[in-house]
Amino acid sequence: MRDLVIESTETCANPILTARGLSYATGGQTLLHGIDLEIARGRRTMVMGANGAGKSLLLRLLHGLLPPTSGEVSWQGKPRAQAMVFQRPVLLRRSVLANLRFALKVRGLGWRAREARAREALDMAHLVGKAHQPARLLSGGEQQRLAVARALVCEPEVLFLDEPTSSLDQASTQMIEELVNAAHLRGVTIVMVTHDMGQARRMCDEVIFLHVGRVAECGPRERVLGAPRSEAARAWVQGRLYTGPAI
Amino acid sequence: MFGFDGIMAEALGLILTWDRDLSEIVLLSLRVTLTAVAIACLIGLPLGAIVGALRFRGRGAMTVLLNALMGLPPVVVGLFVYLTLSNAGPLGGLRLLYTPTAMIIAQTILVTPIVAALTKQVIEDLHGEYAEQFTSFGLSARARVSALLWDARYSLLTVALAGFGRAVAEVGAVLIVGGNINHVTRVITTTIALETSKGNLELALALGVLLLGLAVIVNAGVMALRASAVRAAYA
Repeated sequence: MRDLVIESTETCANPILTARGLSYATGGQTLLHGIDLEIARGRRTMVMGANGAGKSLLLRLLHGLLPPTSGEVSWQGKPRAQAMVFQRPVLLRRSVLANLRFALKVRGLGWRAREARAREALDMAHLVGKAHQPARLLSGGEQQRLAVARALVCEPEVLFLDEPTSSLDQASTQMIEELVNAAHLRGVTIVMVTHDMGQARRMCDEVIFLHVGRVAECGPRERVLGAPRSEAARAWVQGRLYTGPAI
Repeated sequence: MFGFDGIMAEALGLILTWDRDLSEIVLLSLRVTLTAVAIACLIGLPLGAIVGALRFRGRGAMTVLLNALMGLPPVVVGLFVYLTLSNAGPLGGLRLLYTPTAMIIAQTILVTPIVAALTKQVIEDLHGEYAEQFTSFGLSARARVSALLWDARYSLLTVALAGFGRAVAEVGAVLIVGGNINHVTRVITTTIALETSKGNLELALALGVLLLGLAVIVNAGVMALRASAVRAAYA
């Protein structure tokens, strides 16, 4: 078991978010088993692992979309402004601009501020020419850019992204990565699920590697992707099929 | 006694000359029906949206009740409203029996559950799509319901249309509470029933043609609006 899972997590100096003993069970099956982890403030943390490892579920628990069966998620100080981008963008049946305005209205911004911020977000997402088009008629890449822009327009301190580029081509992926990196440079903490090893190498500072609902290991990118300690992570990094026992 | 062709020709003549009695009946029908549908939408749309989008104790029972009330027998509703508005009833003092207002009340009671139950279904489906995003936004229950109603507006036109169809074709309840009084509470359906029984088939047929025409025009208008919304991915 010890070479399958590195149970202890490396604590970070300045966590913004801490999970302790986080478990989630449904239908008589436990999908996440007592996860302990810390999300470093202002860093880009990638959640990686095979299908069914519990990555998206972990993200939902951290974001507060689902209540854990046991354990807790606690914020450093007060709860922070946060936003989430889903694998399949959920866009309202409205225009591109109206989608941005809606998010700002929810945050309680006045009309003038909403207009100004929405226009800035359009510019940031390279969607100025599409402001009045129905959001659902945009291409897949444009829809995801709008979803990221809508999440960022409210200036979250933490941005959760669940495989935002999984069904996008390289050009669209690059634009999404630019948006996320720009947010990171402004100090936004990024927590992102990805299957893409290249993306992880390009973008992340920290890695959380999940295996069958447990943290197999986590730590700085150089260490986890360079010299993984767990067999599951090692196989993943080396591109081997992991046929070892389930945990 | 004319044959069918003769009756049809007389009926078309009544429509083309826009007979005064005919126009009075059609306009009263529209007034009663549209008012009842508007009130039913004011009550039924938010009610259906609340049941469709929010989770609360008694939601299942509310759904069963709304679905059951969709099949309310019009004559039973008519009888209930009659007893309520009659002199001996709790609202007898308002003297509303045998007035268009009584007919509007009866039709509203019939149409509201239809609007609410169909709205619930539309909103529930849309909410399934939006739920996580709305939770992520931290939306309040009220904001959630109003956003869903707005985004489902084109689908809800069909719901209002179903209510209109039920109201405009209704005869039992409005006959009981309206009394089918000439120049006061006589509407298309009650006139068709009366004139057919008297053998005055020309007027009955003319009103039948108008009723069908009205239904087709309203349906076509709503469908055209909805089709343009679908093309723009707003529905």
